[in-house]
Amino acid sequence: MNMQTTSRLTAAESALIEAYNQQVGDLPGNGAVISARDRLLEDLKTNGLPTRRVEAWHYTDLKTLLRAVPAAQPASTFAAPAALVEAASVIVMRDGRSDSRAAVDGIVLGSFADMLREGTAAPGLSVIDRDDTIGKINGSFVRDGYVLEFPEGAEIEQPIEIQALHGAGQVHTRFPVSFGARSKATVIERHMASTEGQALVSTVSDISLEDGAEVTWIVLQEQGASDTHLGQVRIRVGADAKLRLFVINAGGKLVRQELRIDVAGEGSDLQLRGVNLLGGDTHTDVTLVLGHNVPNTTSTEIFRNVVFDRARGVFQGMIKVALDAQKTDARMACNTLLMSDDAEFAAKPELEIFADDVQCGHGATVADIDDNHLYYLMARGIPRNKARAMLVNAFVAEIVEELEDEALVEALEAIVSRWLEKHA
Amino acid sequence: MLEIKNLHARIAEDGTEIIRGLNLTVKAGEVAAIMGPNGSGKSTLSYILSGREDYEVTEGEILYNGENILELDPAERAAKGIFLAFQYPVEIPGVATMQFLKVAMNEQRKARGEAELTTPDFMRRVKEAAAELKINPDMLKRPLNVGFSGGEKKRAEILQMALLEPKLCVLDETDSGLDIDALKIVADGVNALKSPDRAVIVITHYQRLLDYIVPDTVHVLYKGQIIRTGDKSLALELEANGYADIIGEAA
Repeated sequence: MNMQTTSRLTAAESALIEAYNQQVGDLPGNGAVISARDRLLEDLKTNGLPTRRVEAWHYTDLKTLLRAVPAAQPASTFAAPAALVEAASVIVMRDGRSDSRAAVDGIVLGSFADMLREGTAAPGLSVIDRDDTIGKINGSFVRDGYVLEFPEGAEIEQPIEIQALHGAGQVHTRFPVSFGARSKATVIERHMASTEGQALVSTVSDISLEDGAEVTWIVLQEQGASDTHLGQVRIRVGADAKLRLFVINAGGKLVRQELRIDVAGEGSDLQLRGVNLLGGDTHTDVTLVLGHNVPNTTSTEIFRNVVFDRARGVFQGMIKVALDAQKTDARMACNTLLMSDDAEFAAKPELEIFADDVQCGHGATVADIDDNHLYYLMARGIPRNKARAMLVNAFVAEIVEELEDEALVEALEAIVSRWLEKHA
Repeated sequence: MLEIKNLHARIAEDGTEIIRGLNLTVKAGEVAAIMGPNGSGKSTLSYILSGREDYEVTEGEILYNGENILELDPAERAAKGIFLAFQYPVEIPGVATMQFLKVAMNEQRKARGEAELTTPDFMRRVKEAAAELKINPDMLKRPLNVGFSGGEKKRAEILQMALLEPKLCVLDETDSGLDIDALKIVADGVNALKSPDRAVIVITHYQRLLDYIVPDTVHVLYKGQIIRTGDKSLALELEANGYADIIGEAA
């Protein structure tokens, strides 16, 4: 399948290779890191960007969709926005670079650039599988990020907000995060563009939850209207750990969010929720590969998508239950509201089950707004457009409200409302 | 206040005719009861009054304060003061009850050119009206009608009616599914709204509700027509003898 060695490079592929050749002398990293980068770029060069013939990228033909690659160096000018919730500890990434003064009480915070320079980052600059294009691009170009270490038993009450802000250009970040045994925390990973210009963002969060950790991780993607966002969240969930993972897409022109989750400890629970707000002429792909790899684990995955205009959305959800992962309970649902005749959404749920004593299910719906609901609201004097907006909001709010933290729910609902006001 | 003249209406989807030449007049200050056997068109009439799009009026007119309202959508009719208390209020997950009440009240005010309510004023009104109807404030923290019992849903409908202060109140089988205590509370709520400039149409199967909300006129609906009109004694007669005699006379 990946034998096309001498096929002509696309403009974007050539630009990536050229950008690498220009930057490589300047990218942080010791010898081991540089050879890892070289290997990943060589792989990219040999195999090219994936096309629809690669199953994992079937609905997102990156070779065709990624038309151009912006110049390397971004330069944002804007001030950091207010924190999503007032009490949050904010750490800022600007144009792909960490802030050496950043600190959060109770956790060990480092810079990924240091890990690159010391070479400890080298083993992580690898692909999960041969179709891991995000791993290849990010591993080749990554410059910086934060390293977060939550000590054993640490309970961090206020959310930590990573604000990844950038201007036009290329941004490649990585966030290795370890949650120590029985630690508790909420982290918001927030990606935002500052300008109208075009940006190419790749970002990998490499997260581990040790036994008994309780974590809420929120990915909030609010990229600019012409930005490409290639995000990947790799997570390993330890025994008796509880992970709540929220992914909200509310921006970007070409977006791929990959969630690679390894449920690796017995008694653990994963609650994954996703909201995709899609409008304009955009393409957004959420691809989940979830492995239940040990007995007695549970997970629920619910995605809500609202698609306006000519937007296209994709959800690929693969749940793999390993041979000895008995008593797995995994449920997946993907619900879509199509708000225009030209809007599209492709949902591809998959179950691959090797154990015999499991409860697994998936469902996907595509619908318009419920006429009975619309009539009820209108019968109380709420005009049609306003009633429709309320119902779209409600469709999403139902998911957001599960976060329970009132300030966080309010902040995210405000983002949803603002987005809907702009696009509806 | 309300004049329905030779109304014919059918289900839009399959063309089944439900209302077949219905005439009805309800004056301001009046409480009118509409009774009739199952399938006679009672609920359909209430839906048509509210402007539900699943029904198609093929002939006749509905005049509300002299204005033909058939071209108005449900929201416009509501803003003009028409309120339907539903037999089966829908549950709408994700819409907070309080937010819904506030938006509904303010949108109606806006449509009438009145100032929007301030939050404290809104809160006070809801609190007072809820207390009157013995509605637990916790219920109002839930999404709209979600997880409400049958009785709670009916009370929530009357709460909305009290807050929206409509001019024409249509109660569609508000008594169904209510125990006697809840029935009294709901009836008290409706009676409190009675006024010389407001009309109430009570659609019901049973005399029972009419012991508490006493009608000025009683109309028997059968096969999409009003076949008999009388005063409250007509309801008692129906309770004692059933519909058979009246239907026989009309046929």
